[in-house]
Amino acid sequence: MTTVAKVEEGTGSPYALSHLDALESEAVHIFREVAGEFENPVILFSGGKDSILMLHLALKAFAPAPVPFTLLHVDTGHNFPEVLQYRDRTVAEHGLRLHVASVQDYIDRGALKERPDGTRNPLQIVPLTEKIQSEKFDAVFGGGRRDEEKARAKERVFSLRDEFSQWDPRRQRPELWNLYNGRHAPGEHVRVFPLSNWTELDVWQYIAREEVELPQIYFAHEREVFQRSGMWLTAGEWGGPKDGETVEKRRVRYRTVGDMSCTGAVDSDADTIEKVITEIAASRLTERGATRADDKLSEAAMEDRKREGYF
Amino acid sequence: MSTTTTEALPETTLLRFATAGSVDDGKSTLVGRLLHDSKSVLTDQLEAVERASASRGQEAPDLALLTDGLRAEREQGITIDVAYRYFATPRRRFILADTPGHVQYTRNMVTGASTAELTVILVDARNGVVEQTRRHAAIAALLRVPHVVLAVNKMDLVDYRESVFAAIAEEFTAYATELGVPEVTAIPISALEGDNVVEPSATMDWYGGPTVLEHLETVPVSHDLAHCHARLPVQYVIRPRTAEHPDYRGYAGQIAAGTFRVGDAVTVLPSGRTTTISGIDLLGEPVDVAWTTQSVTVLLADDIDVSRGDLIVPTKDAPATTQDVEATVCHVADAPLTVGHRVLLKHGTRTVKAVVKDIPSRLTLDDLSLHPHPGQLVANDIGRVKIRTAEPLPVDSYADSRRTGSFILIDPADGTTLTAGMVGESFAAPDPVKDESDDDGWDF
Repeated sequence: MTTVAKVEEGTGSPYALSHLDALESEAVHIFREVAGEFENPVILFSGGKDSILMLHLALKAFAPAPVPFTLLHVDTGHNFPEVLQYRDRTVAEHGLRLHVASVQDYIDRGALKERPDGTRNPLQIVPLTEKIQSEKFDAVFGGGRRDEEKARAKERVFSLRDEFSQWDPRRQRPELWNLYNGRHAPGEHVRVFPLSNWTELDVWQYIAREEVELPQIYFAHEREVFQRSGMWLTAGEWGGPKDGETVEKRRVRYRTVGDMSCTGAVDSDADTIEKVITEIAASRLTERGATRADDKLSEAAMEDRKREGYF
Repeated sequence: MSTTTTEALPETTLLRFATAGSVDDGKSTLVGRLLHDSKSVLTDQLEAVERASASRGQEAPDLALLTDGLRAEREQGITIDVAYRYFATPRRRFILADTPGHVQYTRNMVTGASTAELTVILVDARNGVVEQTRRHAAIAALLRVPHVVLAVNKMDLVDYRESVFAAIAEEFTAYATELGVPEVTAIPISALEGDNVVEPSATMDWYGGPTVLEHLETVPVSHDLAHCHARLPVQYVIRPRTAEHPDYRGYAGQIAAGTFRVGDAVTVLPSGRTTTISGIDLLGEPVDVAWTTQSVTVLLADDIDVSRGDLIVPTKDAPATTQDVEATVCHVADAPLTVGHRVLLKHGTRTVKAVVKDIPSRLTLDDLSLHPHPGQLVANDIGRVKIRTAEPLPVDSYADSRRTGSFILIDPADGTTLTAGMVGESFAAPDPVKDESDDDGWDF
């Protein structure tokens, strides 16, 4: 039980943490601050790698006690079946409680309308924010990272949202040292981003180091896809292919996991985590720029959605 | 497909740094060049910038658009808030707090500098050290940023003359040393031409030091902790109460300073009860020793009352507790801070009621003069305050510990973060030589 300091040549101090240890320690600190200061926190859990990583860090933060948070999944109705299976298996394995806010329910009862482009990602905002209000969540963990997008680069670790879940980037609280301010009025809540300072590569390196299991769609596999707006989308009942779009079988993997209508696959032979890391390190495209239609809607697409309550 | 393995991507260390300098000094160009030349700007990001620049009628891609992420910033062409950027080299990962340079955004530079281990201060070689430079140096000194880099930019516009650089470096270093900045590294650069940013300059062969990136890669990221006062703010009590762990009672927190070992005699503040450390869990794994900034769970030999907000310290090295805190503060809210203001003070993991008893002076950053009894501090003001807290707090001097010597003031009515505070003296002593006869064991 002796700890060995991880020392890199030239760093000068035997007490310097490796970058992954530093990021891990910071994220754990954030989880514990929320557990200490809030009444009813929840972790947004989609079964994507960032939310899986959040859960992994939360499990470590409170070990050997259980995670003192529930989970919330906003189900667009167009999720990858493998990811939903992963979600349910994980919830059962750790004895967690899962809340589900369903976009399909809202559409079925006429509270939301399907968009002409078939993208359901923006439709998540209403079920998400109404669930936060009805369950009275006061802290909502999101897996957002500042490296993902330029509006997210401006996001605080603790981000106050008003009673309409709105983000006002011009009225953010300065965040000093590691003294996070979680004060909020009844009806308001705080979005908390423990992975703010992680990059996509950090996430993958850490997942490799910790041997965290991921849904198989992150690794190269044969899949029936069709091309729309320059992206390879998974064929299925959700709405594709349409006339003029043809299905092909390709060897692909996913870099992000979201709604099937707006999450594109990339051509890849990376079928192990080591190969995925090599591929990302060599990639000249960001994960969102390459495969997310929702971010291409306008120059400020992410900022505009975040203002409305998106995470 | 490349055959490279993950061994090519070892775990490295992390350096948090901040940039300071007004737009005209070429800060955006330096940041753009660092990101670009370290190959951290990806094709789709660059294409988006090119597209946006073209739609504004600009001929060349405007690299400032990489960092100005908000609609209002792009519309106005200014940076209004700290942006965090991430890049990596094989030797180190970097978190860059890109802070706006205008004087009205002093609070943003304070925000960026609060977590930075290094600050890059830019000056224009044609103008030399100006008011703004002194202001940036003063903030770096106030925030006790351990390493300061003076980047003398636009050397291409002064014919790369060594004498120009040497004069600026000398003037700045003298000023910074007077403020107590422990280390200044001056580097002559041309961000536009790429001299000494990532690649060594071919035209300044008189300069024998590192490039900006080389220096960022090699600067030590933490101090020798053997001499630091060990501090663990308790964040959360972990009590599983499960069949497997019926009696486990652990005190979770991120070590704010120093080193803790199993067997250490410790005191819990503010109660003052003493015990010994019977175990340390590092995220589920037992260890013998742990140090800043590891998040740990400490187990104590005796079943004493410990809760969130308490501070665990070595018994032989405990800070005094006090209800009267005197500090240098930077006011960060739009509404002013006034004498008699009732506030909340968050120190470590403890939040207590407090009242502003006095504002003895306001600091003018331009010339470091003191304006006595200003009555209030408005946004971006830096001043001295005396605060009375409702409960005793174990505060350290900020000079000793950036974590346990810092606090924030919060408006109890609406939760606004009002003020960033640093306990103790504003600036370090100009003379770095320690007077041994005066050593009370608090210096390191």
